[in-house]
Amino acid sequence: MLTNYAFIGILFVVALSFPLLPLIMAFFLRPKRPTTIKQSTYECGLEAIGDVHVQFKVQYYLYAIAFVIFDVEVIFLYPWAVAFDQVGLFGFTAAAVFILMLFLGLLYEWKKGALEWI
Amino acid sequence: MEQIQIPPVDLAVVAPLITVVGWAIVLLLVDVFFVPAGQKRITGYLGIAGLVMAGAVAAPLWGSDSSTFGGMLVLDNFALALTWIFLLIGAISMVIALDYLPRQGIEQGEFYPLIMFAVSAMMLLGQSANLIVMFLGIELLSITLYILTGFAYPRLSSEEAAMKYLLLGAFAAGFFVYGIALIYGQTGTVQLFSTAPGQESLAEYLGRQTFAAVDLTLLLVGSGLVLVAFGFKVALVPFHMWTPDVYEGAPTPVTAFMSVGTKGAALAALLRLLDMALPSLQPIWLPVLATLAAVTMLLGNLGAIAQSNVKRMLAYSSIGHAGYLLLGVMTVSERGVQGFLFYLLAYSLTNLGAFAVLIALEQRGEAAWSLDDFAGLWQRQPFLALAMAVFMLSLAGVPPTAGFVGKFYVFMAAWEGGLGWLALVGMLTSAIAAFFYLRVIARMFMQEPVRDVQPQLFRGLTLGISIAAAGTLIFGILPTLLINVVQQTALAVGR
Repeated sequence: MLTNYAFIGILFVVALSFPLLPLIMAFFLRPKRPTTIKQSTYECGLEAIGDVHVQFKVQYYLYAIAFVIFDVEVIFLYPWAVAFDQVGLFGFTAAAVFILMLFLGLLYEWKKGALEWI
Repeated sequence: MEQIQIPPVDLAVVAPLITVVGWAIVLLLVDVFFVPAGQKRITGYLGIAGLVMAGAVAAPLWGSDSSTFGGMLVLDNFALALTWIFLLIGAISMVIALDYLPRQGIEQGEFYPLIMFAVSAMMLLGQSANLIVMFLGIELLSITLYILTGFAYPRLSSEEAAMKYLLLGAFAAGFFVYGIALIYGQTGTVQLFSTAPGQESLAEYLGRQTFAAVDLTLLLVGSGLVLVAFGFKVALVPFHMWTPDVYEGAPTPVTAFMSVGTKGAALAALLRLLDMALPSLQPIWLPVLATLAAVTMLLGNLGAIAQSNVKRMLAYSSIGHAGYLLLGVMTVSERGVQGFLFYLLAYSLTNLGAFAVLIALEQRGEAAWSLDDFAGLWQRQPFLALAMAVFMLSLAGVPPTAGFVGKFYVFMAAWEGGLGWLALVGMLTSAIAAFFYLRVIARMFMQEPVRDVQPQLFRGLTLGISIAAAGTLIFGILPTLLINVVQQTALAVGR
């Protein structure tokens, strides 16, 4: 029983030493000639222009929320579709009510103008 | 193919709930499609009609004692009484908001459906016999209240209040879920009590255990976390910090609504949890709750003394009243349940009325809620002054008002439950509270006006204040009217 775990332990040690050993060896073997540029933090990309705190449209959030709602709807509908022939009339009605409610929500959203990009 | 077994669904149990939710959804669409801007009070009228209809739908269910969805939702007289109280709270909140919203320039039709959704969440909490359903109810209630708190959108204090409420509410929700997880980890069930033979539930689980033999740590820690979450929602004292700011910043009808509704619903759910799932653990949780109640009554009322802003004072006093309500919750007895219901109705009517008077004093843009603004109100608006006097006396617990009978009822429940010292703390803090309630009355009747405040009365507001004042007086003078009803409201299912 315990020996079974020993294999996992050995694997763990090997897996850990495999990337660590070259790094440790390299640390001792490599020549060390530091300069300012070498020691500075690595950065890539262009110099930033303007303020970081830009305002972006609140509409993104509305879209995101609407997306999440219908995303979740699909997640619910998959198992329902798979079990469609087993859940009977009750399951069908429940899903219908669920979809109807989401549809009414979409109607509300549309009439409120949340779907228009201003 | 094998058919999946679906438990029988008794739609009668959820009929009032479905009425409110369905009406609210339809109302949302009716409002946005057919009600022109500036006429949003039509939506309000329709919303009130929906709540009244739900009350009528609930009427024939009295005494039915049934459950559905595998026992997750129950309908006993306790739940029905709560349903009616919550519908009444919702309706009065809408009535006093009818004129408030356009006057403040924040008239949006969504206000009324949102109140209906919140009412449905409260009803769900009153009917829930399952921790998951309870969580659902608390979340539905909280999310609608976050929106309602920030309803006076351009006003910064309202936004600040909504933000604070959201952050602390999310925190409390985390406590609740973690508590449920731990309880489930120990017992393997989230059902409070069995509604059918053979069904596993917390009450069943505890009934089987001999306490010396079993380590109940997980269950106790879980229940503690759930209690903390309830403490946040109800504003019991170590968890009350958000209350004054949120209550002050929120639009006044919303403050009125949540100061009574949230407390009532969350405490009702806590009552069901303690009375029906964990009564055998009473020796363990009773000292905790008794301490919480004592500290809540003391600090809530002491905090109110220091306030010169009446809205803030009422916020603190509502913390204190949560302590009094807790007295009825923790004594596992019929008297406690009855006292809780009576006190809840009395407190709801009174507090809604008091906040409605504040609405009359609230001009657009600036609020006149300092004690000075109340000075000499008797000379300018005798009706308002008289109504406010009734509400203040009722909050202080002076006969012949409903507040007195309610306090008497819960103190008696505590006394009979062996918590004499707590009843004494309650009486002592009531005496402290009388100081700042009577101070308002003294200002209104015995002083000349200090500032030029023109209180404005509208039809809706007058109606709301009149209903609240009439209820406060009638149930104070003839308490037997209500007591006869309340005495039929034992928690029947599963006992």
